[in-house]
Amino acid sequence: MKPRQPKTQGLAYKRLPRRALILGGLQAAFVGGLAARMRFMQVDQADEYRLLAEENRINIRLIPPTRGRIYDRSGQIIGQNSPSYRIVIVREDAGDIDKVIAKLSEIIPLTKDEIERAKTEMRRSAPFLPVTLADQVTWEDISKVAVNAPALPGVTPEVGMTRQYPRYEDFAHVVGYVGPVSDYDLSQIEDPEPVLRIPRFQIGKVGLEAKQEIDLRGRAGAKRVEVNATGRVMRELDRQEGTAGADLQLSVDADLQQYAQARLAGESAAAVVIDCETGDIRAISSAPSFDPNLFVRGISVADYRLLTEDNYRPLANKTVQGTYPPGSTFKMITAMAALEAGVIGPGTTVYCPGHLKVGSRRFHCWKRGGHGTVDLGLSLKRSCDVYYYDVALRVGIDKISEMARKFGLGIKHDIPMSAVAAGLAPNQEWKQRVHGQDWLVGDTANASIGQGFMLASPLQLAVMTARLATGRAVSPRLVRSVNGVEQPSRAGEALDVNPYNLEQVRKAMFSVSNDRRGTAYRSRIIADEFRMAGKTGTSQVRNITKAERAAGVIRNEDLPWERRDHALFVSFAPYDNPKYAVAVVVEHGGGGSKAAAPVARDIMLQALYNGTPPLEAYPTGDRDRIKEQQKRLEGDRRPKARPSEKDRA
Amino acid sequence: MSYLEYAVKSTPSGFRKVLYMNWPLTLLLISVASAGFLMLYSVAGGSWTPWAEPQMERFGLGLAAMFIIAVVPIWFWRNMSVLAYLASIGLLILVELVGTVGMGAQRWIDLGFMRLQPSELMKVTLVMLLAAYYDWLPAHKTSRPLWVIVPVVLILIPTFMVLRQPDLGTSILLLAAGGGLMFLAGVHWAYFAAVIAAGIGLVTTVFQSRGTDWQLLKDYQFRRIDTFLDPSTDPLGAGYHITQSKIALGSGGWNGRGFMEGTQSRLNFLPEKHTDFIFTTLAEEFGFVGGITLLILYGLILVFCMVTALSTKDRFSSLVTLGIALNFFLFFAVNMSMVMGLAPVVGVPLPMVSYGGSAMLVLMAAFGIVQSAHIHRPR
Repeated sequence: MKPRQPKTQGLAYKRLPRRALILGGLQAAFVGGLAARMRFMQVDQADEYRLLAEENRINIRLIPPTRGRIYDRSGQIIGQNSPSYRIVIVREDAGDIDKVIAKLSEIIPLTKDEIERAKTEMRRSAPFLPVTLADQVTWEDISKVAVNAPALPGVTPEVGMTRQYPRYEDFAHVVGYVGPVSDYDLSQIEDPEPVLRIPRFQIGKVGLEAKQEIDLRGRAGAKRVEVNATGRVMRELDRQEGTAGADLQLSVDADLQQYAQARLAGESAAAVVIDCETGDIRAISSAPSFDPNLFVRGISVADYRLLTEDNYRPLANKTVQGTYPPGSTFKMITAMAALEAGVIGPGTTVYCPGHLKVGSRRFHCWKRGGHGTVDLGLSLKRSCDVYYYDVALRVGIDKISEMARKFGLGIKHDIPMSAVAAGLAPNQEWKQRVHGQDWLVGDTANASIGQGFMLASPLQLAVMTARLATGRAVSPRLVRSVNGVEQPSRAGEALDVNPYNLEQVRKAMFSVSNDRRGTAYRSRIIADEFRMAGKTGTSQVRNITKAERAAGVIRNEDLPWERRDHALFVSFAPYDNPKYAVAVVVEHGGGGSKAAAPVARDIMLQALYNGTPPLEAYPTGDRDRIKEQQKRLEGDRRPKARPSEKDRA
Repeated sequence: MSYLEYAVKSTPSGFRKVLYMNWPLTLLLISVASAGFLMLYSVAGGSWTPWAEPQMERFGLGLAAMFIIAVVPIWFWRNMSVLAYLASIGLLILVELVGTVGMGAQRWIDLGFMRLQPSELMKVTLVMLLAAYYDWLPAHKTSRPLWVIVPVVLILIPTFMVLRQPDLGTSILLLAAGGGLMFLAGVHWAYFAAVIAAGIGLVTTVFQSRGTDWQLLKDYQFRRIDTFLDPSTDPLGAGYHITQSKIALGSGGWNGRGFMEGTQSRLNFLPEKHTDFIFTTLAEEFGFVGGITLLILYGLILVFCMVTALSTKDRFSSLVTLGIALNFFLFFAVNMSMVMGLAPVVGVPLPMVSYGGSAMLVLMAAFGIVQSAHIHRPR
């Protein structure tokens, strides 16, 4: 090795320590800068960054609340949550997706659409997220999948909850149905709860389910989960249980409801039974009806068309939504108005020659020859029209309209059902406001017998009857208790009317169905403790021309269905101590005494006896026929074989 | 006193060389590497595999290499400088031809047991060559233009080769280390002023070239600069790394979230958490206290290199030690600036801590040269 001289001399060498120190100083300054930056981020701004880190890792997942159940007054289930099965697949566990799906479709039926939809969804979502392959799967298919689990990696059955209505048609109009939240639903709600954004979350769409949605839904719980960068849940941090929806108990008696529904079958009709003592609705049936379960699952176009194209309008809730001219069932109101105004007394008589000339027009009584001399009792019993034309003209429409409202007509009752109609009890001011025309005396004559502008729903007629029966402002109550908390009684205060006058009207109503000449005598109850008072009504849906009247009015049976008269009947029983008020409307049923009164009587007896009444309650002549009818209805009411989920495959 | 005499009398020989090593430096390196093992254990979710264990093996290998290089006299390494430089250039050419493409660039040669990045090697051999050059060059010629051009060319050749890979980060480090060494060697400051002025001009030109057909940087490099300047513009795309890294670092607070409790790294919000972004994991889990401790350890390594450099009277030893220290400084300064959002995301690992074989081996070999300079310094 060549000897080496350390190079210690020269300018450049002298510079070295100096430059090394300059460079070292720069480095030290930079390190100091890094330390300062670190301090700024980790000490001064630590809280902000900590918050950001927590936002990164913590997700809040909603736990959907269990929807409240719906019971009838005796605790029978009307709306419940039942498990529904679906099959999900997790991409990362499945490996070869196509192979697994092909194998699965050998075991259970899968449509091409379902497979395509699942595959698209899988492409879009994270590999560890379950994707639904088939929904509403039968228990048998679930078992098959479970048995074949080893051959189907990544495929698992999952159980969810869906709404189910075990009474099928019976409560479709009362309870309505639920369905998945739609964009339209969301647009209707101001500041919707986050739980509504859960896919397929069910909310009430129609009826009680919709009206009591907030009670039934409950409050969603939430769990905080830790997720990683790809969104996979690593662990649950904590969970806050939500509150389940409130259970609702209806005032309706499911057995009575079922009977009423069966009794109305074959007609386009409605029946309402109100408990006079509490205002409880014991039955509220609209026929024909539909199976609400179809809507929960998503109704097929064909099924929906069947429902919408039916002349009898199964989707319409005729009990509260349908309004009809009350016809002669309104005569009690006209009578009360006249009695209260003092323009007549119970003994005041009117001569009925079969018609009355009002202004230039002749108003006819339904009976061509007339009823002769009639007083209040006779006029109601025989349903004389001329008597009411006469007294109505004396008392005036405004007093009649006021009385109608007092008895619950023309006002909207507070009841949690969809499309509750207010009906119409017109007065002079109303016609001026709505039609811009003066009220005519002819309008008064029409209104006095519940025709013309007058409109009432079956519910309103039942309320009216209950108020007539008790003299109290009874209001309908559909929900008896919410989560066990009894709702206030709707028995109501005493009405501001003279009890004596009311008693006269009730007496007359008693004679309607208990006197030999009464219009509803054929539909009387002969059990002494359950004597029924009532009133028939037949409301015209067409005008009878002069020519037709001259030639003889065409009988209802000879008219096409949609032009026949509506048949109505209102009643209460027992007469001495009214328990139930029943209103029945049979659309285009013909005469009230023939089409509506027997139905009301049967439903009334069913309610009074709390089950099938003994034949002794019926008039002797009817018993054989009633026996047949009871047998037939029993048959109808037995649980029918229905298309269940099992038939899906 | 002849050189031979001095060499024999005042340098330790045989086993005694080990005793005369720069032991504080050795212990500092072991501490920093241990911090690395701990973090690699943590980011693997509390497991020695797949990172901590191989890293420890390589560190052992590196330590052995350092000892071997340390006991070889420093003048041998001075004499090897030109050869080492040429070998590195050769490897850079080779990597261009047969290199493995990773992260969109040709950088690696797969040696079977490890992946060699010639650009890593280049950082050290360039410093060695320049130190040897200025050791050879008579001091009064240092600032003469002709003798300034030579080292500039020596720096620019590898810089452009690395830039072609393309690896912007490493080429800037090469440029900075080479420039730094020239500064240490005593080149007149006016040259540096000129270069800085030209640099500013160049940066302007580069940005002017954007979108034209003579574009000087790749699109992704421009995008990196964009997201560095404003990471919030694309928080889930290109700016994601910077944003998440800052969140991890900041959320550590004073004390940190606890060992293996860092949510950002454990839940994979952090990218490259075992390599370039390992410092954020450390800062997240051990907080400001942990981060500053590592920074102090790094600072002490620089200090002890400075001690070696200033205590030797051999010009090559001084320059090569300071050059290696400068390289080391650039490594961690750029990496930390990057994870703190002060510099764009360039692929520079945290020295001795980030997972990676060749970078660590090369660094340990470089410190071997520092140790050799320390043992064999003229006394």
